[in-house]
Amino acid sequence: MSEPVTLTIDGKEVTVPLGTTIYQAAQQAGIDIPIICYHPHLTANGLCRICSVEVKGWRVQAAACVTPCADGMEVHTRSEDVICGRRTILELLASTVNLEEAPEILALLKEYKADPERFAEGEQRTAPLYDDNPFYIRDYNQCINCWRCVQVCAEDAQYTFALTFNGRGFHTQIGTFMGLPMPDTTCVFCGQCVGVCPTGALKPKRQALLEQGLDPDEIFRQTRRKRKQRQNA
Amino acid sequence: MNESNKPIDLSLLQPVLQKYEGQQRDALLPLLHEAQAIYGWLPREVQEAIGRTLHVPLAEIHGVIEFYTMFYNQPTARRVIRVCEDPACQLRGAQTVMRALERELGLTHGQTSADGAVTYEHVPCLGMCEHAPCALNGDKPAGNLTPELISAFLAGTHPEPSARVYGGPFYMLGRVGKVNPVSLADYEAHGGYRALKKAVAQTPEEVITAVEQSRIVGRGGAMFPTGRKWRFTRAAAGAVKHIVVNADESEPGTFKDRVLLEEDPFAVVEAATLAGYAVGAERGWIFVRGEYPRAFARLQTAVQQARAAGYLGRNVLGKAGFHFDIKVRLGAGAYICGEETALFEAIEGKRGFPRIKPPFPTTHGLFQQPTAINNVETLVAALVAFDMGVTAWRQHGTEQSPGTKLFCLSGHVTRPGVYEVPFGLTVRELIEMAGGVKDGRSLQAILMGGAAGVFITPDSLDMPLTYEDARATGVPLGSGVIMLFDETADLRHTLYQLAHFFAHESCGKCFPCQLGTQRQMEILHRITHNGGVRAGDRQALLDIGLTMTETSLCGLGQTAASAILSALKQWPELVPEDIA
Ligand SMILES: Cc1cc2nc3c(=O)[nH]c(=O)nc-3n(C[C@H](O)[C@H](O)[C@H](O)COP(=O)(O)O)c2cc1C
Ligand code: SF4
Ligand code: SF4
Ligand code: FES
Ligand code: FES
Repeated sequence: MSEPVTLTIDGKEVTVPLGTTIYQAAQQAGIDIPIICYHPHLTANGLCRICSVEVKGWRVQAAACVTPCADGMEVHTRSEDVICGRRTILELLASTVNLEEAPEILALLKEYKADPERFAEGEQRTAPLYDDNPFYIRDYNQCINCWRCVQVCAEDAQYTFALTFNGRGFHTQIGTFMGLPMPDTTCVFCGQCVGVCPTGALKPKRQALLEQGLDPDEIFRQTRRKRKQRQNA
Repeated sequence: MNESNKPIDLSLLQPVLQKYEGQQRDALLPLLHEAQAIYGWLPREVQEAIGRTLHVPLAEIHGVIEFYTMFYNQPTARRVIRVCEDPACQLRGAQTVMRALERELGLTHGQTSADGAVTYEHVPCLGMCEHAPCALNGDKPAGNLTPELISAFLAGTHPEPSARVYGGPFYMLGRVGKVNPVSLADYEAHGGYRALKKAVAQTPEEVITAVEQSRIVGRGGAMFPTGRKWRFTRAAAGAVKHIVVNADESEPGTFKDRVLLEEDPFAVVEAATLAGYAVGAERGWIFVRGEYPRAFARLQTAVQQARAAGYLGRNVLGKAGFHFDIKVRLGAGAYICGEETALFEAIEGKRGFPRIKPPFPTTHGLFQQPTAINNVETLVAALVAFDMGVTAWRQHGTEQSPGTKLFCLSGHVTRPGVYEVPFGLTVRELIEMAGGVKDGRSLQAILMGGAAGVFITPDSLDMPLTYEDARATGVPLGSGVIMLFDETADLRHTLYQLAHFFAHESCGKCFPCQLGTQRQMEILHRITHNGGVRAGDRQALLDIGLTMTETSLCGLGQTAASAILSALKQWPELVPEDIA
């Protein structure tokens, strides 16, 4: 164990190796901190901020998943402001995209008594459904901008660089070079993006068709035809 | 034929591509700028050619173009008219100018004329608030516009505005208006390069100690002691170190750096070189916001002349082993790129997403190498203080805040402009120096520190302008913005404008700011222009404000509710708690 540091989380003393994040230390201590964007195998970018906690003496809260522990730190994971921040982030998210197929986030909405209708008068982030290849569909109406797909497509795994961002701010959406359909990009259909998507925004085509009530034979016919078209193209 | 239908002639791009052959990703923004200067926008074929030249994936190029508002991947005219839509201009008649322009051009925001000759846009603060209302006609700035001046403006015959500087004693502004900004000889004749010569006769440690003793703290907003920043960077491990000049000045209401950059660009170059000597950095960068074409051109000229005269390059001033050179980089429309780590990303040719800190720039800055990044005014203050000596510098201002400071007065003030004054004047004294409230009206509110700052009431006018008072009262000096609103100003509308600014400029990286700035803007828009206050609005604004302030990843989100929350506190009636 490299140099140990000792801190308290909600009054509980925890000793961890230097470089451990507050989130990891809390896990070790059996204290629950919610996460949305964090994925243990991917670069943590501190995007969703749902894991924010109070650290005594700090100007603002700290995102637990990206903040390393320091000796003597006093962390509070359940203060009034922390709860207000989490609830508000969840309400903002629920007013922006369709979370129907994101069970972990739906559970958090319940836990934090977030009102999904609170900001319902606001603009939603919408997009057409992209059904442009035989392997997966992209429904960014369900996308929370967690970056996981972009990351696995780039330096976190595949080095394919097929995915990127459109716009910025509220109007940031995942996209491709000049909006090209996936088969015209550098995509190699490795499926890793589909595997890490937490919200059902990326979904195997097979699954999507099953959900639409098609029987497996029909699905095979449809995806095979598309595969052929692609070969002829 | 409509310009957008013309086939793209890639041969026009070849000479530019050749120039960039073998360069890396950090050449992306400059190359996109040069390509766009040829075509007016960045068609797919052009992006593909750029990707091949710099070996950057096409998806990444697309993401970069999508991030910066001044890069276009849809047909756009080579000449873009950009009219400022932010508060200082609106307080001085921007709306009527916009309407007149729209009538004259037959275009609304975001449209390009049918012949493809001109594109019309409403844009955030152009950093010329002392000339409000103002606009850019291509690269040509124009100020104090009225509907009557529109045709001269469009014809390019309306004269470019010149510097309005007031106050005194003038140290940082000493050469403004007196020196020819594109002449090294004239700069030298006005005391230029005296400080650098003095510095190289000392050790770098001695220079840092002098800067520490002059007690200069960062003037970009974060108030970090400059000498300490230089010391940390000097001490950081790493063979390659950088000095970065933050000339992104985009905080609404701020225009002080522009005056230094345009009127005394050699001082900025000399100051960066002095910092390079102190820190032991060989590479310098000046990152200028895309809306400052005049500053960009003058800085490039200054760097060339300085290099030719041996003030930049190897063994500067003949001092063996003192190597330092500067690259000037142009932004492309993104307030967030003033945030130091986002600025590094922009220089590196990426979307301007702020990084998580720590690690800090002093150890992991540009290209992950040790970097001292400073605001333009900070560096010029350090240059001036070093030149005149610590004792003389500390004769001005207060014990804790020695020397002079630049303030940007705008809005309903008689003489808007950049004021150089010693620390310690009160807000009232400064406003009196500026001739008081315009047209003798009475004062309603003052915005201190910019869009990211706070509102104060006329009751607080006796607050001294020092860092110690700023820390004690929580009223930030920020970038020196003092914007006046008289009794006629519609503060609700101003709050909406500020909210609109942050929603427009949020980078979209973290959820609370990406989503919160949008909802904050929507609520204030409805309150002001579409139905009024509803039950729950106040609490919603407070919750969004708390969440953005406490949990956002960077300073933009952390201050995106600051002015609005301060206004709700000072004037509860703007968004009352109980709705009948
Ligand atoms: C959203 C945002 C925008 C900023 N814009 C600027 C800017 O335009 N110019 C600037 O000097 N500092 C700006 N800053 C502050 C910089 O991050 C950084 O603190 C500063 O460049 C350090 O220089 P200083 O110590 O000399 O002030 C900004 C910060 C944030 C969070
Ligand atoms: S598509 Fe899925 S993985 Fe990609 S950013 Fe959206 S939610 Fe995350
Ligand atoms: S606070 Fe706003 S500007 Fe800063 S990282 Fe988050 S989204 Fe981007
Ligand atoms: S889980 Fe920590 S920021 Fe998303
Ligand atoms: S230039 Fe218009 S508000 Fe600053």
